[in-house]
Amino acid sequence: MTALEQTLDVPSASSAHGLSVQVRRVSHAFATKTGQLPVLDDVSFTIEAGEFVALLGPSGCGKSTLLRLLSGLDAPREGKIGADGVRITGPDPSRLLVFQDPTLYPWRSVRQNLAVGLETRGVLKAQKGRVDEILRLVGLEAFADALPHELSGGMAQRAALGRVLVNDPRLLLLDEPLGKLDALTRMTLQEELLKIWQARRFTSVLVTHDVEEALLLAQRILVFSDRPARIIRELAVPLDYPRRRDDPAFVALRQEILSGLAPH
Amino acid sequence: MTGIDVARPTAPPLARWTVAPIWSEGLAAALVWIGAGALTLAWPDLTPWARTGLWALFQFALAAPLLALSLAGASWTLTGRLKPAGRWLIALPLALSAWQVLTAKTGILPLPFFPPPQSILEVYTDDAGRLVESVVHSLALLLPGYFAGALFGFAIGVAVGWSKTASYWGHPILRFVGPLPATAWLPVAFFFFPGARSASTFLIGLSTLFPVAVLTASGVGSVLSGYYDIARTLGASRSFLIRKVAVPAALPHVFVGLFMGLGASFAVLIVAEMMGVKAGLGWYLQWAQGWAAYANLYGALIIMALLFSGLIALLFAVRDRVLAWQKGMVRW
Repeated sequence: MTALEQTLDVPSASSAHGLSVQVRRVSHAFATKTGQLPVLDDVSFTIEAGEFVALLGPSGCGKSTLLRLLSGLDAPREGKIGADGVRITGPDPSRLLVFQDPTLYPWRSVRQNLAVGLETRGVLKAQKGRVDEILRLVGLEAFADALPHELSGGMAQRAALGRVLVNDPRLLLLDEPLGKLDALTRMTLQEELLKIWQARRFTSVLVTHDVEEALLLAQRILVFSDRPARIIRELAVPLDYPRRRDDPAFVALRQEILSGLAPH
Repeated sequence: MTGIDVARPTAPPLARWTVAPIWSEGLAAALVWIGAGALTLAWPDLTPWARTGLWALFQFALAAPLLALSLAGASWTLTGRLKPAGRWLIALPLALSAWQVLTAKTGILPLPFFPPPQSILEVYTDDAGRLVESVVHSLALLLPGYFAGALFGFAIGVAVGWSKTASYWGHPILRFVGPLPATAWLPVAFFFFPGARSASTFLIGLSTLFPVAVLTASGVGSVLSGYYDIARTLGASRSFLIRKVAVPAALPHVFVGLFMGLGASFAVLIVAEMMGVKAGLGWYLQWAQGWAAYANLYGALIIMALLFSGLIALLFAVRDRVLAWQKGMVRW
């Protein structure tokens, strides 16, 4: 990834680029056949602009719902959510989601998938070079004209990441984007994700149930309970990047989190 | 094994010519076609048919290119294309000969219900004008109705699949009226429309509309919600969501509807031509039946089969182009 090193020097990357996030007393529930299913219970937190925060919790606890609320795709039943102090009322290209499934449009080539955001905003012609730039950034320039079904899982997820990066998001919402990848691909993509975040200085919120992944990437970890999700712990990760899994401080932090998660 | 590998480069260049592979199935097929032609000539008809000589010639004419291709070798692309059909090319002259022996040569299968192949050839040589005219009439009736029905069906399907209001009102109607065969509307349509032609066009359209609408609606309705989520966060308008997400995602379903609609429209076409249009292949069939001209009947049926299967093959060729992005597509 030599292109990555180059982008690290791009001067436009400023720390003011990221959005700050305010979540205030948010509760949420789903209507089911048998009644209301509470998924979020009085959740409050703040994320600084440019920060990388991991939301760690067991599968199905409601973390993904929180990401949907942050993206503006759904509105919370109770409480307020804001970005840079402005209440979020709907989706916006400055706040973008990457799902566990790449969800690429199978009828579009990789290049056309990356161009979707430019198309919807009507700036495709004006920013044509942007797609090629991001194709290089995510290492898919050789697969620009491939169809999604021709890609491996890792490449498809790179394309999905590229599709949002083309729009220069200020808040990147990552919903276990590496959850379905094999261990080796996951490690590579974790490193690349970190480099891209360091270069572009957007705010990142990563939902994961993988303690190591949270520790490798995030500056701060919010640990959630089982459904309905509450924040049961908040923990800063005062380690320098790139982090090493065998670093004693890393191992100690992992032990600390895991012991806190153990069933009582 | 290694001995052969070592010997190969030293073999004289002439060897390549002498071992040029012969397409054995093609050669066998050519010989059987020649045999079928010879049988046609050598075994006198029970009562002489006018086109027995031409029928033999036709079979020899088919043998000639097969013979050339099989001897020219398996390397030709045309040979490669024909190769999978090899056993069919052998079976066909055998079946045609059996048919001829049972009819023209021995009369085991009685006339007029079982005309020999040469009498069907006679239909094509002597009644070609009327048959061509019938094909033109049938296509002229079928295609406008089919395209109009497909277009309206697609529009209705997108509306019903997308909008809750359109679904509330449209879906029950589609479910209630859709199962009625379009031919059941024939008496009503002939009454309401100024002519049999316009009534038939309407019914052909109707028979196409229902499957296309139902499948388009179900296609739009089953689009992965993640596709919409992604587009919405990227700032997509409603029109973008419909045109660039819902419709392309639903296209595989739409083509199933178009296929089903095409089949339904064939049925309506033939019935409409038999009942009132007085032109086209359906009318030709009925005319032939009225005169007990069974050779004409079978001749027209063969043309109809070629025409309809050709149209379906055309539709699938279009689909294969449009849906080239699909993985593991079902072939017809």
